[in-house]
Amino acid sequence: MIEKTAELVPVLEARNISKTFKAATHEVRALDGVNLSVARGECLAIVGESGSGKTTLANMLLGIYPPTTGEMLLDGALLPARRSLPLRRAIQLVQQNPLSSLNPRRTIGASLRLALDVHDIGARQERKTRIAALLDEVGLPTEFASRYPSALSGGQRQRVAIARALACEPEILVLDEPTSALDVLVQARVLRLLDELRHRKALTYVFITHDLAVVRNIADRVAVFERGIMVEMADTETIFTNPGNAYTRSLIGAIPIITGEEEALRKTVLENKSVH
Amino acid sequence: MSDPILSLRDLKLGFKTYEGLVEVLHGISLRIGRGEKVALVGESGSGKSVTARIILGLLQELKSARISGEIHFDGADLEKLSRRERQSLRGTRMSMIFQDPTSSLNPVFPIHVQFHEVLRRMDRNLTQRQGMQRAISLLTDVSIPEPERVLQAYAFQLSGGMNQRVMIAMALANEPSLLIADEPGTALDVTVQAQTLHLMRDLVVRKGTSVLFISHNLGVVREFADRVYVIYKGRIVEHGPTDTLFSKPLHPYTKALMAAVPRITGGGIPDIAENSEAFLDPMIDHEVEVPA
Repeated sequence: MIEKTAELVPVLEARNISKTFKAATHEVRALDGVNLSVARGECLAIVGESGSGKTTLANMLLGIYPPTTGEMLLDGALLPARRSLPLRRAIQLVQQNPLSSLNPRRTIGASLRLALDVHDIGARQERKTRIAALLDEVGLPTEFASRYPSALSGGQRQRVAIARALACEPEILVLDEPTSALDVLVQARVLRLLDELRHRKALTYVFITHDLAVVRNIADRVAVFERGIMVEMADTETIFTNPGNAYTRSLIGAIPIITGEEEALRKTVLENKSVH
Repeated sequence: MSDPILSLRDLKLGFKTYEGLVEVLHGISLRIGRGEKVALVGESGSGKSVTARIILGLLQELKSARISGEIHFDGADLEKLSRRERQSLRGTRMSMIFQDPTSSLNPVFPIHVQFHEVLRRMDRNLTQRQGMQRAISLLTDVSIPEPERVLQAYAFQLSGGMNQRVMIAMALANEPSLLIADEPGTALDVTVQAQTLHLMRDLVVRKGTSVLFISHNLGVVREFADRVYVIYKGRIVEHGPTDTLFSKPLHPYTKALMAAVPRITGGGIPDIAENSEAFLDPMIDHEVEVPA
């Protein structure tokens, strides 16, 4: 959990942002009037189903495209539509499928090296040791630098994707379904790594997922999205014990669970609907 | 349970490669009683899907596959059947539902044409009109509103949840004795997945269909199955009734799997050790004896 004082200094802020995509015949409002702020060192979960606008939001946070209306701020400064290299370096992305996000023709070492070269991080001679340190940080042996993504397992590849994001020494990591493609045992290990890294390196996470059980165990606050609108935003505990929105409740009701305690919790949440 | 609909005994599978035989299944034994819903749960690469493919008789077509062991379906030895006979079982007495409904439907034919093809496997003389009527009643069974409109549509015009319902209706169209569901609905949103699973469960219970439910998702398995087999590296490590297995998992691998699932009651992310030797411990069978 983060300190109360930290909440006063949002590292990343979105003010009333909307995004409309125009097609030849119609317009799609992917995101509508979203206000949110992420405090330094916190893990904010963005939850919703497909078409809810999660990924549109992520793309705008990363500066891949600007919002149609509204503004975004990093450390209190307005983010321009076209971001400079240092601004892009500050917010990094880890995607769902590392097999498609890592270049198959480039060794792990070369992929990490590219991030260092583009942002000119560290002296040229010491980049090799930096790469070794990055691999070590995500729990991979340093000799993996000479391997190709195809020679790695899913969990190892996702660790490489995390190392690549960390190479840029970012303030914020946008994690877009980082463990959805992994087996449960591997998922648990990668989640643990992410949790450790956040505390060790004082990182800020925007954690995008549809899996509320994961959210419960890693996030400080949760923003729930439904068809482009943020329908609820609360700290994790509240979302799970007293959700204020019908859609949030239906999401919690749909989580497959494995213990009796969870079943009891789910039942109270679903029965609470008369309260609101 | 006497006279199961499906029984596998000591099923082994290997693939011939340039580097010799790669063993994938090391002697799988399982049985599914009539009307029973049985889950096979394990991680990717554990051998879940190849087991399903052998039961359907699909891997037997592959030259590099080496299969041994007994497979009995509805009293008949599947290995003794000819290729043609095996083929005639598929889509009629046993059928399958795949992970991604949208990609398992044919994008260039409307739904009703694909329905007709399935129904004609049982009745060669089925007319267009009869087929349409059957299809409409089957789609009504899976709670599809406006079944006439859905039948005229193409898969890509329907939502994932709708396609999944169409797949369920098609798989159950010929009233098969055995339904194999391989990670059904994993590609769908959670709320849609929950809905279609409940629907499928109610339908198979009503029709008395036996189900082999293949999944990596323990929560989904707990809500669907009567009995569970846990598979690890081509071996069954533990099996038993769903309630017993979830309340009292005994095998180190099953315990690790259960511990790794994040809980909505919180408690943080579990510390999962690397794959241990203990995962290869002998199988635990909750039905024969429950070890202390």
